Amino acid sequence: MAIRRRALLGTAALAAPGGLPWRARAQGGQGQGAPIRIGVLTDMSGPYRDLTGPSSLAGARQAAEEFSAATGLAVEVIAGDHQNKPDVGVNIARQWFDRDGVDMIADLPNSAVALAVSQVAREKNKVVVGSGVGSTAFTGAQCSPNSVQFTYDTYMLAKGTGDALVKQGSDTWFFVTADYAFGHALQADTARFVEAAGGKVLGAARYPFPATTDFSSFLLQAQAARPKVIGFANAGADLVNCIKQAREFGLARQGLKFACLLMTVVDTLSLGLPEAQGLLMTESFYWDLNPRTRAFADRVKGKLQGRIVNASCAGNYGGTLHYLKAVQSLGPGPARASGLAVVERMKAMPCDDDAFGPGRIREDGRKLTPGYLFQVKAPGESTGPFDVHKLIATTPAESAARPLAEGGCPFVKT
Amino acid sequence: MADTTSITAGAIPDVAQEAHGAWGFSRAQLAGLVILITILVVGPFVLYPVFLMKLLCFALFACAFNLLIGYVGLLSFGHAAYFGMGGYLAGYTAKSLGFTPELAIITGGVTAGLLGVVAGWIAIRRQGIYFAMITLALAQMVYFFCVQAPFTGGEDGIQAIPRGSLLGVVPLDRDMSMYWVVAGIFLACFLLIHRIIHSPYGMVLKSIRENEPRATSLGYRTDDYKLMAFILSATLAGVAGATKSLVFGIATLTDVHWSMSGEVVLMTLVGGLGTVFGPVVGAAVIVTMQNYLAEMGAWVTVIQGVIFVACVLAFRRGLIGELGALLKVKL
Amino acid sequence: MDDIFGIPAPLLFGQLLLGLINGAFYAMLSLGLAVIFGLLNIVNMAHGAQFMMGAFAAWMLLAWGGIGYWWALILAPIIVGITGVIMEKLFISKLYKLDHLYGLLLTFGLALIIEGVFRNEFGSSGLPYRIPPELSGAWDLGFMFMPVYRGWVVIAALILCLATWLMIEKTRLGAYLRAATENAALVQAFGVNVPRMITLTYGFGVALAAVGGVLAAPIYSVNPQMGSNLIIVVFAVVVIGGMGSILGSVLTGFALGIVEGLTKVFWPEASATVIFVIMAIVLLARPAGLFGRA
Repeated sequence: MAIRRRALLGTAALAAPGGLPWRARAQGGQGQGAPIRIGVLTDMSGPYRDLTGPSSLAGARQAAEEFSAATGLAVEVIAGDHQNKPDVGVNIARQWFDRDGVDMIADLPNSAVALAVSQVAREKNKVVVGSGVGSTAFTGAQCSPNSVQFTYDTYMLAKGTGDALVKQGSDTWFFVTADYAFGHALQADTARFVEAAGGKVLGAARYPFPATTDFSSFLLQAQAARPKVIGFANAGADLVNCIKQAREFGLARQGLKFACLLMTVVDTLSLGLPEAQGLLMTESFYWDLNPRTRAFADRVKGKLQGRIVNASCAGNYGGTLHYLKAVQSLGPGPARASGLAVVERMKAMPCDDDAFGPGRIREDGRKLTPGYLFQVKAPGESTGPFDVHKLIATTPAESAARPLAEGGCPFVKT
Repeated sequence: MADTTSITAGAIPDVAQEAHGAWGFSRAQLAGLVILITILVVGPFVLYPVFLMKLLCFALFACAFNLLIGYVGLLSFGHAAYFGMGGYLAGYTAKSLGFTPELAIITGGVTAGLLGVVAGWIAIRRQGIYFAMITLALAQMVYFFCVQAPFTGGEDGIQAIPRGSLLGVVPLDRDMSMYWVVAGIFLACFLLIHRIIHSPYGMVLKSIRENEPRATSLGYRTDDYKLMAFILSATLAGVAGATKSLVFGIATLTDVHWSMSGEVVLMTLVGGLGTVFGPVVGAAVIVTMQNYLAEMGAWVTVIQGVIFVACVLAFRRGLIGELGALLKVKL
Repeated sequence: MDDIFGIPAPLLFGQLLLGLINGAFYAMLSLGLAVIFGLLNIVNMAHGAQFMMGAFAAWMLLAWGGIGYWWALILAPIIVGITGVIMEKLFISKLYKLDHLYGLLLTFGLALIIEGVFRNEFGSSGLPYRIPPELSGAWDLGFMFMPVYRGWVVIAALILCLATWLMIEKTRLGAYLRAATENAALVQAFGVNVPRMITLTYGFGVALAAVGGVLAAPIYSVNPQMGSNLIIVVFAVVVIGGMGSILGSVLTGFALGIVEGLTKVFWPEASATVIFVIMAIVLLARPAGLFGRA
């Protein structure tokens, strides 16, 4: 009984704010036959909730509404919470594909869930637009011809931050690294760009993950090495703890720069500008980049209930919009029949949306997008609660992504 | 019965003579078994097979856990370690070493069992809440190991584990063929646990639960018995985890995390500690609930917590325990 | 003496000091656990959640009431302590006649509820809380820069632990408490209201966790999960120390903080597991723990 569609598919009309926001439905014009169904599979209850969850859903819904209004294609957006459990995620994905007629699954923060669901979509010949996936394996060794990685990957973060900072003269680095695969990869990638740009890596302190709340001893080890930049190869609460404690020990006052290799605007808000000012990070979206991003932010903010328009929201918007354009161009019937054909069409068609501007999707499924190096503003520079970042440098789209040959994606012939 | 100090207050102690039918099943239990087997056979034609397989894996996990809490009175708060390690080893051997599914599952079970030897040897030195805290701490160590060890794939987990072919002959790619294997494993382990409990060895375990000093004074080396039970329980938990990793083709950190240890306690508690069918029913309730809660968003943990509190305060016997009390039979 | 075992002496002293600071948190948390366990015979699995509540209470007082750090240090523990008293009255008091394991399960459930509600209300990414201006800045100790706030944490923890120990070992109230632990019925017969004393003890233990939370708020990320990882380590600390004595749990807390700090210098990768390894060794050698009674 758990798997009746009633459980996962709301018949609710457009959800009112404060209602069940993930049961949204965007329908416009006279759709022919069943609507295209998009399932936003995301984290509504765990550590990625603030980053993705409701924000991602808002982005996907915005795209569906705009596209429906413009073309008359009937689109329905539903949502599920994978609770950061891959088996729950896989279960939902299978049921969505098998019984609920879902054609595309979007978002997928948490790389274990993302990789597992991508596998399912390939098996069922459906589509995954992973706007919340950061793992390079998603378009690398474990790539799938049915999947697209839209917003970012850790390679882009490493390159955008490492390369650009060395070019600005910050050429000696020390890393504070979470001691597991993700941290190691982030550190190794960044170190490569630092060295390639003529910088020097003085050392690294690896701390046990996820058992560390006090980072002071690692920060002191970093300080003792006398670098110009400390690179934090970690994320979330660990990163916040590192920053707070680095401030406490007065590291910034000694002229040290902090490069956060995976930090988002949500972390900036969580730290507050007094603590976060001066931090450097790379993201592929910021609401105040240009007139188009501001226009997008204006349109979507009504759906966000006071949250900032972040990269997850933008990524799900852009990814969903491009998917729908490909569906429209193929025709809903053939699109529903073959996810592979849709993804191939997505790769063939150029992308263009307000959040990211023009771009394209590469053979391995990676959406090419520029990496923007941001610095957090000082409290005095900020004019509003969401006015927090300023642009420092831009890595062009074609060079921000890992070269195709290095990814090791089996179906890409190079 | 009401104010006994045993954790398995819900179970009616059956150290005394009982009319045992085949394999130690009483008449009511035989009826329950028939219902269970019927559901196993009919289930996949009515419900989604992958969902049922998941349910059976967790049911087996809960039964393994129940072996320890229900019949020896030891609350392990770290059973995720054995469940998760079983899954990792099965996944690794099936994917990287090309093991057939039955070999992979055996490897998973044996590894979990060996882990159980070490953990059990340390943990059985204390009882009650100390035992719970020690098992929790040891499981946390296993979790740290899994986060760092290269073969587990860190937070990506082991992905795309092939189901392979049973004995190298029968391909299991279709959900239905996999289902029968999982159902077979579940039923075999379920009957094995029941057989163990009703063997003379099982009787000694129950006497330890009821009164350890007396069991010692009767000349039983209670520590050996407890350790054996711990190893058995860990092995079966490993088998459950191994099977699950083959069903879903993934093995990840979720299954070694302490919240998984909490979940299996919850399953067993909801169904009824120390009952034969309780863990199965409890697992069914919790797994179904998780599926429903996929649309409840952030309230998942809250609802689980509320169920915990409600069970401890009002339903200590669990669903099956209450049903058994109502029907005046032991289920 | 520039080098000790190949490690520069300043770095080593610095790490020892930092270990002591971490030990202060372990000590405060294990003290609260020991007090609750001593009288109620309950392993308070909600202790981590209550630590977190303390930090959030400090944040709420500041953000909603404009009440700063110093008042929060007094008010937050009282508020959280009152929620503890309510929890004890409503739920925990129903379990005293049952197996202690039920208490563990109940408090585990409560911890899940508390963490879930906070995550719903405040998200999971954490909230900002700054070091009070009086305590910001750092002392130059020659071998390291010692933030004033860290020094304050150690001093506050020491005072708190000492005061608790004195109260329990040296005052009349403490004598009642200890007597009730041994034989509640007899103490009740002497006219002491034992149930109320138990309730207040739980509230006090919870308040201790909340103080820890307030002290942690300026230096750790204030988020709903902040207590759950810490609490498992504290359990190991409690097992090592043995729950028999208050002083024992405090000493063990500080000592293990230092051991962990040293491990961070010599073998950082193992610093997460060292406490668990020590726990296993202690259990093999002395099952009742270092200070426990068998």
